[in-house]
Amino acid sequence: MQVADSQKRDMTPEAGGTADASPTDRLQAVAAGREVDSEVHDAVLQEPPVLEVDRFNLWYGAKQALHRITMPIPLHKVTALVGPSGCGKSTLLRSVNRLNDLVQSVRITGDMRLNGDSIYDPRMDVIDLRKRMGMVFQKPNPFPMSIYENVVYSLRIDGERNRGVLDEVCEASLRGAALWDEVKDRLQDSALGLSGGQQQRLCIARAIAAEPEVLLLDEPCSALDPIATGKVEDLIQELRGRYSVLIVTHNMQQASRTSDYTAFMYLGRLIEYGPTTDIFTKPILRETESYVTGRFG
Amino acid sequence: MSSERPRQRRRRSAHATLAAHGEPWVWITAGSLALTIVMIVGLLAFIAVRGAATFWPVPLELVHLADGRRVLGEVTQREAGMAPRGEVAGRPARRLLRSGDFAATGTHSEWIDDSAIADTSRPEWATVVERMEGGRLHGFPRRLLHGAEVVAEGPAATWEAFCREHPAARRRLHEVRHIDKVERGTLQRELRAARLAVVRAGLDSGAGSPQEAAAAESAGQVVARVTAEEKKLDERTAALRERNAGWGIEFETASGAVTAVPMDAVVRGWQPNRLSVAGRLGVYASRWAEFLADDPREANSAGGVFPAIWGTVVMTLMMALLVAPFGVLAALYLREYASRGPVTTAVRVAINNLAGVPSIVYGAFGLGFFCYGLGAGIDELFFKASLVADGQPTFGTGGLLWASLTLALLTLPVVIVATEEALSAVPNSMREGSYACGAGKWQTIRRIVLPRALPGIMTGLILAMARGAGEVAPLMLVGVKKLALDLPVDGTFPFVHPEREFMHLAYLIYDVGFQSPDSQAARPMVFTITFLLVAIIALLNVAAIWVRSRLRRRYVSQQF
Repeated sequence: MQVADSQKRDMTPEAGGTADASPTDRLQAVAAGREVDSEVHDAVLQEPPVLEVDRFNLWYGAKQALHRITMPIPLHKVTALVGPSGCGKSTLLRSVNRLNDLVQSVRITGDMRLNGDSIYDPRMDVIDLRKRMGMVFQKPNPFPMSIYENVVYSLRIDGERNRGVLDEVCEASLRGAALWDEVKDRLQDSALGLSGGQQQRLCIARAIAAEPEVLLLDEPCSALDPIATGKVEDLIQELRGRYSVLIVTHNMQQASRTSDYTAFMYLGRLIEYGPTTDIFTKPILRETESYVTGRFG
Repeated sequence: MSSERPRQRRRRSAHATLAAHGEPWVWITAGSLALTIVMIVGLLAFIAVRGAATFWPVPLELVHLADGRRVLGEVTQREAGMAPRGEVAGRPARRLLRSGDFAATGTHSEWIDDSAIADTSRPEWATVVERMEGGRLHGFPRRLLHGAEVVAEGPAATWEAFCREHPAARRRLHEVRHIDKVERGTLQRELRAARLAVVRAGLDSGAGSPQEAAAAESAGQVVARVTAEEKKLDERTAALRERNAGWGIEFETASGAVTAVPMDAVVRGWQPNRLSVAGRLGVYASRWAEFLADDPREANSAGGVFPAIWGTVVMTLMMALLVAPFGVLAALYLREYASRGPVTTAVRVAINNLAGVPSIVYGAFGLGFFCYGLGAGIDELFFKASLVADGQPTFGTGGLLWASLTLALLTLPVVIVATEEALSAVPNSMREGSYACGAGKWQTIRRIVLPRALPGIMTGLILAMARGAGEVAPLMLVGVKKLALDLPVDGTFPFVHPEREFMHLAYLIYDVGFQSPDSQAARPMVFTITFLLVAIIALLNVAAIWVRSRLRRRYVSQQF
């Protein structure tokens, strides 16, 4: 216990300096501002990728938030991004569908490719790009409209008017989000009247309604109680195989339960990336082990 | 409660934490709230009590003066006397009597010193008569006449006969007025339209052209038809007037003069000293009904204010309709599209400053720009005939549309500021959610941001309506008139007449209060009109608040 405490202190970037705990060498190098190599397991590289992040750097003004991230996201698998707060997981996720474009003063280099199409190509229409992805946020953010309209929102903005198509998509998405049985009798009620867990599953239904190539989940359970969390996790399990899911989470158990692959990030760098079982049981780096076993972070 | 003695510890005195408890601040904040409420409620209660009391029938007092004169009237004010003290001269107690005998005495009301009074009484048959013209009459019923024939004599018999005959006479009078206003008005409009058609044909095709001749011919037909129909109407009204003619009621006033009033010129009469409570309530209700539903008479100091109510409501709603899209669009650009920078800040400051420009400046602007600029242009383009034929501008003068536009301009800052607040209160997570679904900026604004901001926008509209409905100064310049019986929205095609001048309650307050020949009679009316205006504004606000709470339930309520 005493050891863990002292390590925890050393882990924090501000503590710096004292190089007594060897598993943290790499993290200290990162904290000191040096670049480090990522440990990417071969298993990841053998999977067909849906999304490739290629030497991606991102700055907020003068502050660099992502350092040379290179990682393929496997097709139809669940990939978890873990790491302490402020390590750039959400920034990376929001870079995938270019939500960071909305933030002024963001600057990037490098690229990402979605099924081979360059995401940051100037010719890429960002609206088209976002239509190919679905995203779920930390806090449930249902729109101020009926449950039905929430689900078919992405079709509505494409001008879909055919009632039959809309009904079909609505039911399929709500079933896919395991919400159909709870709301089928009140589809026209306001979505704001649902409980938090239901709202989050509604947001997932909304995200999968447009059949996205990648589903981005940004800590989808952080605002939910354990029961709702369980339901959403079960749902992620069910989405596996049909959708490629990239999920940011703070919860190690959640990452180990729901994901096929796990990437550990620290201060804007990708530290280690591999199959979830390997990351949690026999990681290459001791830094990863100490993080996933809860000894720091 | 544990039995264990608490360990003695050094602790800070409880009194030292007075500021920490914030006790004084509670008192100061609560005190200022209480003061505000007292002032507002006090003002409203004052207006409400005085306004509601106007139509209550008060007793008539017959005062015998020491010099033998007699005055009959309502006591409207009493002043306590003041004993002389040293250098200061004293003053006897006195009362203000609204005498209602203008024809004989030449005054509407009179101060009477208590010391000059020999005797007062409340005679049973003292009657208040509201006349169509000439103000109130206070007197005793003497005779009911039908031509040379005396139908009844003596107060009781006269009054009984009057009550029998009066309603029918009034009905006939109303019919005559209806014929004059509606049926004759329709004919006059047809006549004018035909005449204007001739002028227009002359303007378009040149004087002496075949088109003008054709128009003149059809105008001639219209004139012939209208003349024939007017003749029929004349016969009808003459017959009705004939039946009313000769009916009259004589009153003897306190000064002994006898005044005859034509039966149909009596609006209503009552004996306040005879009335039971139910009777008083009846008179009270009937006077309120007339006030709310009728046209004004006697330079607006009597009768109803219906045209003003209608004008106020229509103008306020029209203003809201005009200001809402302008203000919301401007705020949308400022908040959602414009990049943050010194220019945006300058625009925002300018908008806030606009709210501080005196309203009369807006009036002058409205008169110059809307009436004389835009309006004159519209007249030149579309209403030239009327301009040439009658020298009468249609849009080139004050009117409902220009007044609404001027007030819309006046209230624009309120709406813009409120809308901006509402837009910035829309959580960013909703916008991001929409973008993440592949929505464009405008789609996000229209489908997510605007619905969510609607309640806040409604708040801005409510404030704007409250401000606009109470404005007088700019309205005096751009279309409000002392008397305008043609309603801006009525049953004649095209139903909305945005060019018409109209009446407004707030202006009526000024007019009745300060321009009335009989200020004593007008004063209670001022309170009643104010009461009505406040009530109407409150009603409009309550309606808007109701809409807002519905919107809020639908778009904002977030339960966790």
